Amino acid sequence: MGIERGQYVQGPRIIQYAYQHRPTLGIERGAENGKLKPLNLPVAIFHFQAQCMNYTLPELMVAAAAREIRDGEIIFVGTRLPLLAFALAKKTHAPRAIGFFESGIIRDTPAQEVLYTMGDSPNILGAIQCGSTLDLMGMMQRGWVDAGFIGGAEIDKYGNLNTSYIGGKPHSDHPNPDFTRLPGSGGACDIAALARRLLIIMPHEKRRFKNRVDYITSPGYGTGGNWRETVGLPRGGPGAVITTRGILRFDPVTKEMYLASNHPGIPVEEILANTGWDLKVASDLKETPPPTREELNFIRAYDPTGFWTRG
Amino acid sequence: MNRKILSMQEAIARFVRDGMSIVAGTALESLIPFSAGHEIIRQGRRDLTLIGPISDILFDLLIGAGCVRKVVAAWVGNVMMGSGYNFRRAVEEGIPHPIDVEDHSNFTIALALHAAALGVPYLPTKTALGSDLPVNHPGMKEIGCPFTGEKLLAVQAIHPDIAIIQVQRCDPEGNAHIWGNTGITGDAARASRSLILVTEEIVSPDIIRSDPNRTLIPGFLVSAVVEEPWGAHPSPVQGYYNRDHGFYKDYHEETKTLEGFQKWLNRWVKGVETRHSYLQLLGEERIQELKVKKEALSAPANFGY
Repeated sequence: MGIERGQYVQGPRIIQYAYQHRPTLGIERGAENGKLKPLNLPVAIFHFQAQCMNYTLPELMVAAAAREIRDGEIIFVGTRLPLLAFALAKKTHAPRAIGFFESGIIRDTPAQEVLYTMGDSPNILGAIQCGSTLDLMGMMQRGWVDAGFIGGAEIDKYGNLNTSYIGGKPHSDHPNPDFTRLPGSGGACDIAALARRLLIIMPHEKRRFKNRVDYITSPGYGTGGNWRETVGLPRGGPGAVITTRGILRFDPVTKEMYLASNHPGIPVEEILANTGWDLKVASDLKETPPPTREELNFIRAYDPTGFWTRG
Repeated sequence: MNRKILSMQEAIARFVRDGMSIVAGTALESLIPFSAGHEIIRQGRRDLTLIGPISDILFDLLIGAGCVRKVVAAWVGNVMMGSGYNFRRAVEEGIPHPIDVEDHSNFTIALALHAAALGVPYLPTKTALGSDLPVNHPGMKEIGCPFTGEKLLAVQAIHPDIAIIQVQRCDPEGNAHIWGNTGITGDAARASRSLILVTEEIVSPDIIRSDPNRTLIPGFLVSAVVEEPWGAHPSPVQGYYNRDHGFYKDYHEETKTLEGFQKWLNRWVKGVETRHSYLQLLGEERIQELKVKKEALSAPANFGY
């Protein structure tokens, strides 16, 4: 057990998503509330393209993650897929978003080349500020950061994340092969504690989606309700969890995670079977929209070797 | 000759002793002083406490080589690839020997060093509240604000014995220019009792004084200056060389087993005497590939009056 890049998604999985069996999808989309809306042209074009579109699961996740970023927001960008999601959002619907990178970088344009770490040289060229970690963390503590993006190894039904000790923190310093030591918080705990909204990207497997995590590296909604307020956290909490199987959100009152959309081709039953608690499903469950041609073109041009999106 | 300027061997021999606490890798993924780490391994230091934010593979390497007794860090692993196998082996199996870990976040480690740099015993924050980081942590304690009563986390100051910091350029006194992200470097320099500066090049004091805003470390903080071109490889140094992604990937693959790590260590650290021979091993072709391809000079700032 352990978290490897290669395990980030399991197996080769290029999803063939064909719309052939749903020729009237454009109409259906506009048919909410029983009213037919006229099919507008861009949507029609999109669906025509979608008929012959292949994409990988990481590509779908990057596109879904990018859509969580709103134009003009300040985003605390975590490492790995969030690096791509931020760049994609900047190139598509959120051109005025600003990115904070915990090493001390602030950018208002995407880096010109794909990043393997936020410290890569292309992330510094053209930045609007290069400074210290403390300054950026301080601004986030002050309330400047609208949303932060992190990954996770384990999550529970209130969105608490563990990236430290699988099996729980041992009580002594004696080595204990019964647990797995993961790398730790990095900036994840800070982003989870202080950003106005937390966005999470992670694999959806039963062993990772637990009723209760063994160790809280990054606080979600604790035990639910107004827990964050009671422990002294100033704001925030998870807004969305983008997984390899769907997108999950949180009940505004109980703060319990629920399934908001399933990815194309992934049955709800499969998601429930891969969740370690009795996952609630939205009454208006949707299907995660696949990446558009424009999104795919950008992702593939940005990650030409497919390191992040074809691994 | 300025008496601060030393070879890497001399600087490590003189300033790094068994049992010391060392802060390193302070700019996060860039400017990591790998050449200093390699020399510490070659000189066989033991029982070190390593302090830092993420350290990329530097801490993993020192742990695997048996130099480390304790880690005080936010993250230990291989940023691009994931787990650090030596860190895992040490914590999970006690190989090559058990280590203590004090978990921080990037913000709390920055605050701990900032407190030391300011000369105060702790600083309050709202991060990590509700997380398990402060549970049984000797350097974190929940407190009430003396003015408003609200819950705060007190993060105790950390005073490392020594900081090892990689920079682009400095003068012979160690007045140092850094550009790009600085992470927690400024606070680490001011928090520590001594400081080894590893520089890509030593330049004249006039160059430093031509742009004093770019000076992150004033020379009076510096104990030793080591001129070591490519001292940060495989991490990047803006304006000098790029990150060697393949090196991190290979490290990840080759250190999965203990035997693999020993082979890696013998090849890249124990089998070379100096940075010069390390670079020969790396090969001219790879070095050319990593060099900066296209200059991007900043506009000059007018300091005249």
